[in-house]
Amino acid sequence: MTLEELMNAPAPASSWVLAQDCQETGLDPHDIRAEMARRLREMRASIERGLNSDAKSITGMVGWNAKGLWDAPDVLGAPLLKRVQAYAMAVNEENARMGRIVAAPTAGSAGTIPGALIGVADHLGLPDERLVDPLILAAGVGKAISKRMFISGAAGGCQAEIGSSAAMAAAAVTELLGGTPRACVHAASLALMNSIGLVCDPVGGYVEVPCVSRNAFYAVHAVSAAQLALAQLESFIPPDEVLGAMASVGRMMPPELRETAEGGLAQTPTGLAVAARMEGKAGGEQPSGMVELPLA
Amino acid sequence: MSLLDMIGPVMIGPSSSHTAGACRLGLVAHHLLGEAPRRALIGLHASFAKTGRGHGTHLALVAGLLGFAPDDPRLPRAFEEAQAADLRVEFKDMDLGDVHPNTALIELHGDTQHVTVQGSSTGGGAIQVTQVQGLGVNFSGAAPTVLLRYTDAVGMIARIATTIAADGVNIAALTCTRETRGGQALLAIELDAPLSAEALAFLNRWPDTNWVRLLPKLMDG
Repeated sequence: MTLEELMNAPAPASSWVLAQDCQETGLDPHDIRAEMARRLREMRASIERGLNSDAKSITGMVGWNAKGLWDAPDVLGAPLLKRVQAYAMAVNEENARMGRIVAAPTAGSAGTIPGALIGVADHLGLPDERLVDPLILAAGVGKAISKRMFISGAAGGCQAEIGSSAAMAAAAVTELLGGTPRACVHAASLALMNSIGLVCDPVGGYVEVPCVSRNAFYAVHAVSAAQLALAQLESFIPPDEVLGAMASVGRMMPPELRETAEGGLAQTPTGLAVAARMEGKAGGEQPSGMVELPLA
Repeated sequence: MSLLDMIGPVMIGPSSSHTAGACRLGLVAHHLLGEAPRRALIGLHASFAKTGRGHGTHLALVAGLLGFAPDDPRLPRAFEEAQAADLRVEFKDMDLGDVHPNTALIELHGDTQHVTVQGSSTGGGAIQVTQVQGLGVNFSGAAPTVLLRYTDAVGMIARIATTIAADGVNIAALTCTRETRGGQALLAIELDAPLSAEALAFLNRWPDTNWVRLLPKLMDG
């Protein structure tokens, strides 16, 4: 399945995606929809937990951002913006403190889709039943992307993870708001073309900095893409060509900027200090709850 | 890749490859052992050794050995759970050669059985098991899988396939390797549905069969 095929599919795009997937896997569409509904509930539960917790992450670098923003006054007069950002960070802070999340498509990018999709739905007062089909479309867009490139920071930099999640979220929000398959795919394409080049340079190699705030930024990015596409604005470069460009940029990226913590933010003096502190913990005193057991 | 691979798995953080995938590798060893695990030696290769601790890889592997799924809330407390379950675990950094950077070699002992499993976490929580009991295999745990170790003999694979067909189950994929001609052979058969207990017992009764296990499907959806 290519983005081009998806763009020209009969509306709604999610129905076509579901039919295609059932044909390939032999799974029952009702089972997939039921499982997707369960995963949606898991996403919402992780948002709830994240917004109500300020427990620190494994390293202590994050853990209070979502609650901090959620409890803060809306100084911009932009409740949608604040909601989307807080939801996205809530999920990734849960992830960073070893809470339960839904990888979408990865754990490091798990906040983008729930942030954008559930954030917009709650802002507009739409029920969760309306979100299952958009989530199926998001998965379909992810499938189309994964046919062209590896969806992992180690393989293609952060663009491969957060770029993919933003594209998936953009398509989902567009369908939720009545967009045509063409609009959904162009939303995904706009999100992708504006994520190209993002490197994966996590401090100390942990899925915390910049990952948590990046999910807030790219959840908003997805909503921006949906807004443009719903106004009939399109990606000038055709979606599959954008995907090809992203894959090629991924291949050009040096290994230092692909999840190895050997470049970028990870190599700042502060980043190195965090890595050294955690290394000390790993070698000597264990982080709490990590006790190595002697062999009998 | 199905839709449920893109939105999922439901998992304990922080990393689909270093946490969820690691847990599934542990689960493979758990199911193949087939009794309460008592002692484990886990070799960690490359990225698993280097960045595993920050991603809870050690905890996730132990959780898997205990039979916890990647979304089990007990995963972060796996070391305490292991102590309570009388399971002792030792980790070692190992160079396993030219394999995927996220690879682990697990040697697991119970009171009467033991099993060795080598496998890689290939991204997004997916795994590839590459060795069982020292013999090469290739399966992902996405389907129910029968593992069968037997003495190499003419017609064994045909008899096994016939038994599975008689159980009404379709074979999706199959790998077979052997030490030497007439020596120990290992067959890994990925199935479209789980095999019945009767068929499994039947396979186990043959004199040439040394060891049979049914690994349940590890991915939900």
